[in-house]
Amino acid sequence: MLRSLLPRGASLKPLLSIENLGCERDGRLLFGGLTLCLAAGECLELKGPNGSGKSTLLRAVAGLYPDYTGTIEAAQSLYFGHRPGVSAVLTAEENLRWYAALCSGSGAAADALARVGMAGYERVACQHMSAGQQRRVALARLVVCEAPLWLLDEPLTALDASGQALVRALIADQLHRGGAVVCATHQSLEVSGARVLELGVREPAAQAAPG
Amino acid sequence: MTLKELWHRLGSPRWFYRFSGPWHVALGVLAALLLTAGTVWGLVFAPPDYQQGESFRIIYVHVPSAIVAQSAYLLMGAAGLVLLVWRMKLADMVLAATVPFGMTMTALALFSGAAWGKPTWGTWWVWDARITSMLVLLFLYMGLYALRQAIPRQETAGRACAVLALVGVINIPIIKYSVDWWLTLHQGATFTLTEPPSMPPQMWIPLAINVLGVYCLFGANLIGRLRVEILEREQGTQWVRELVARQAAGGGR
Amino acid sequence: MKGPVGVFLGQLRRELVAALRSLQEVLNPLVFLFLAITLFALGVGVEPETLGRYAPGIIWVLVLLSNLLALEGLFRRDYDDGTLEQMVLLGRPGFLPVLAKVTAQWLFSGLAMTVLAPLAALLLFLPGEVLGITMLTLLVGSPALTLLGAVGAALTVGLKRGGVLLALLILPLYVPTLIFGAGAVTLAMAGVDVTAQVYWLMAVSMLALTVAPFAVQAALRISLEQS
Repeated sequence: MLRSLLPRGASLKPLLSIENLGCERDGRLLFGGLTLCLAAGECLELKGPNGSGKSTLLRAVAGLYPDYTGTIEAAQSLYFGHRPGVSAVLTAEENLRWYAALCSGSGAAADALARVGMAGYERVACQHMSAGQQRRVALARLVVCEAPLWLLDEPLTALDASGQALVRALIADQLHRGGAVVCATHQSLEVSGARVLELGVREPAAQAAPG
Repeated sequence: MTLKELWHRLGSPRWFYRFSGPWHVALGVLAALLLTAGTVWGLVFAPPDYQQGESFRIIYVHVPSAIVAQSAYLLMGAAGLVLLVWRMKLADMVLAATVPFGMTMTALALFSGAAWGKPTWGTWWVWDARITSMLVLLFLYMGLYALRQAIPRQETAGRACAVLALVGVINIPIIKYSVDWWLTLHQGATFTLTEPPSMPPQMWIPLAINVLGVYCLFGANLIGRLRVEILEREQGTQWVRELVARQAAGGGR
Repeated sequence: MKGPVGVFLGQLRRELVAALRSLQEVLNPLVFLFLAITLFALGVGVEPETLGRYAPGIIWVLVLLSNLLALEGLFRRDYDDGTLEQMVLLGRPGFLPVLAKVTAQWLFSGLAMTVLAPLAALLLFLPGEVLGITMLTLLVGSPALTLLGAVGAALTVGLKRGGVLLALLILPLYVPTLIFGAGAVTLAMAGVDVTAQVYWLMAVSMLALTVAPFAVQAALRISLEQS
């Protein structure tokens, strides 16, 4: 995977370019011949029923799923998956400090927590939080670690109305800064100007795979 | 065909299936001839050992199986490296196909070693350096086998086994050395098995023939397993369907 | 702190804090070590000569097994809560957070067992004059146990029941460390110089240190493919 070394926003190169991507999982073709390009400031919504390969596509772009054909060139990305990525025995602040150290991010943990509406929870162990609160702490890493490309898998899950509004605001900020977002969701994301990619459910690959 | 071309073509299971058919037969026939010749010569015509008498003839089973069992593990290490670096499908199949043969040969070496121990040392089991190393090797094989069985996803299982095989290959020389040293600590001077170079030619030539034969058997077995594995994994593709249809219609390969 | 050092220290700090928060889990393998020593005394008999003669082997085998028990949970919780995939994705260079995790693991298993070795030696009637060499071999030999074990833990983390499989994968790789470790103490009891064996233990640990972090990194990526 090629990582863009240029400063964010200064690049005319697309932040994500996928060419002729095909993905087969357990003998079933999820998608094939997928080509797309995402430039700075663009948002792509992934739609499709369960099992259509939205998560697999995101994991492939993130670099967590290697069994695909075709090419993926992506800028430095942040992946937000089904598992929140929040350690239960640690406090919200400790979790975010760890993230800041890992990605050499500059954001302060307290500011990030305030941004996601979790101010005052810095010293609370995450195992004492609700699922929605844990997701908010997880969202704070999008603030702490900066990356030109966000890969969000169902970011609205377990969030209340204000939490969902928060996700939309974070996405809008990211686009405004010149980043790009790929987001798989069942609900409507309501981001203006977002492109939509509809993935369908295919027949088992036995018939479709090329010889 | 240059080596580079061959390397490139090995990436295609279909090409390998076509190419390997004659080799499968040839190696199988060669293995049968060599093993028959070596075994008959070794068991019937070679002179008995002046120290051990007739029982030394177990060497014609023990040594070839032990040698090929270790070679098979080395091959898996190489296949693991190829799989992790170049993502070659065939390497994963080699990894999967070698384990049963290697494990069988290790078990055979252990069994023949035990059977040899009875007349030589008067006991079925001796913690001889070579036999102990083979026992550890058997556990390494069992680990690889168990890991592949435990991981449901085929591609993942292949890569996981590749990592394990590589780590194992790096460790095998150290394990062998440490076991050798351990033996000097606990037993002092041990009775070493008769080394081939010190044997008269009537004794070691059949042994060499059997070693060659067991390598051919390994090759034939590996290719046979690979061909089955290829058909199974590529069963959805056009060429396998055509092949099956042709076979069903009574045609050749 | 930024850069590679920051990555290492940040991860190490997280592991230490998490370990102290769930201290019971960290202590369990150490309790197991002494429980098993007690069982050995009950099974073998408590004559000082007998028990003392086998003490080096007993200590080393039990250290191996206790390490194995500790390793089972090395990546498990991080895998379940999703921090493992973030560590693999965000850590640059990728082997550094792995190294930090293994270091923390070693502090609470290998080093803790070295520190507790006098107590084990006391219970097993190990002659006092070889206590120093016992601790030295444990100190330089145990990093290999943690490092090699981490490879197995990384390979089995995605599996529901990885425990026994982990033992099957890893214990054969522990053979050299066991042989040189227990062998050195046994020789020392006979008054023989064991510098060579201590060097061998160091060599095995150094080799594990150069190979294992990368193998663990690869194995973690492989295990994460399935989820």
